[in-house]
Amino acid sequence: MTESTAYTKVFDSPAAALDDLFDGATLLISGHRGMGVPESLLRAVIESSVHDLTCICHGAWPHGDDSVDLDDLVKAGRVGKLITPHGFDPDRPGAVRSLWESGKLQIEIVPQGVLAEQLRAGGAGLGGVFIPDGIGTRFQDGQEVRRFNGRDYIFRGAIHADFALLRADSADLFGNLTYRGSQRNWNPPMAMAARISVAEVDEIFEPGGIDPELVITPGIFVKRVVQTL
Amino acid sequence: MPDLEDKPRLDREIIAMRVAKELPNGGYVNLGIGIPTLVSAYLAPGQVVFYHSESGVLNCGPLAEEGEEDINLINAGGQFLQPVPGMSYFGSADAFAMIRGGHVDVTVLGAHQVSARGDLANWMLPQRGVGNVGGAMDLAAGADDVIVAMEHTDRQDHPKIVEECTLPLTGKGCVSLIVTDLAVVRCTPDGLVLEEVAPGWTAEEVQELTAARLMISPDLQEYQL
Repeated sequence: MTESTAYTKVFDSPAAALDDLFDGATLLISGHRGMGVPESLLRAVIESSVHDLTCICHGAWPHGDDSVDLDDLVKAGRVGKLITPHGFDPDRPGAVRSLWESGKLQIEIVPQGVLAEQLRAGGAGLGGVFIPDGIGTRFQDGQEVRRFNGRDYIFRGAIHADFALLRADSADLFGNLTYRGSQRNWNPPMAMAARISVAEVDEIFEPGGIDPELVITPGIFVKRVVQTL
Repeated sequence: MPDLEDKPRLDREIIAMRVAKELPNGGYVNLGIGIPTLVSAYLAPGQVVFYHSESGVLNCGPLAEEGEEDINLINAGGQFLQPVPGMSYFGSADAFAMIRGGHVDVTVLGAHQVSARGDLANWMLPQRGVGNVGGAMDLAAGADDVIVAMEHTDRQDHPKIVEECTLPLTGKGCVSLIVTDLAVVRCTPDGLVLEEVAPGWTAEEVQELTAARLMISPDLQEYQL
């Protein structure tokens, strides 16, 4: 990386990129089954002093090694509420399970495809979406149901978050992102649905260093970029 | 009647083998966690099936060898995949648009209970925490064809095919076929039809371990592999 470009979204450190994180903020955190989580950004949140965060993610999935995962974030006392398709594995101990059992953590379970669509709706400026997933189940309770073309759909409001913590393979200084394999999963809809999206990446390029045909998340959805540590 | 609890049943691999026969050539198929994951090992020679995973991978193939694992190439259950020709990657919203939009032909799911009307309960045991719904509810609502692959009874030998599900539902009337270690049961608008029984088992014995009424198909046969 050279100093030739005047404008850059790259921050010096994960902590600098999350300097304005605040108590009670809503965070989107990418990763699937605990893999591909933005570890350096999570570590920065753990080392901050914020509390009462609402974290929307695929699940906490304790890693059981010295890598950082969402369970560590919960263990550090940063999280007041999790919104996720996966509460916790009852056969696997972890902070999520113990804090939930002691009433110190709220967990809201949401079907995975519903969550994905609520995020996309938030990112696309919609008020919400009508979704067939969960009709006839407890997820219908208290929700507006409408029938279109003979089929019932549940209204689910769009999600707008304060921050998204993303994990990508590469970025350029303008925040255009590429991914590797299944790493992509939650990043594109989460990038769109937050006011401030922060991407942790392995490699940072000058503008032009990424073929525009290969950009998966355009830089307009990414406010800040940091190098993974 | 002799004690059915001790009578030999088919193993998980045989259930998976039977389910594999239901997959259309060239079909797009999503396999859930547990017995469904085993299905991919039993395709017919020359049969092509494109496996879809909610982790954002299409054309998932075999699992990675030890030492070759890549955290950026996983299936919905978090197992490491081998890279194979013809794969594609996509984000979570697109993964579920494929499911909900009717583009996935068949999904194979495990179950805690299936009801006489084809209702499915597979995401929550209330005594075991808040539940793990994952993508099951979206698959139940979205896939053209939902096949359940499961043991016929639970660990206490309680029937898992029941008149009404007592556990929280994943989907209503969504199941089209139930393949167990004792039988193949089709869900029809008129109720459950017993089509195949495991070798050595009679329709009456299967009914004994089923808590919903089974209609016996006029073409009842032994489990077809």
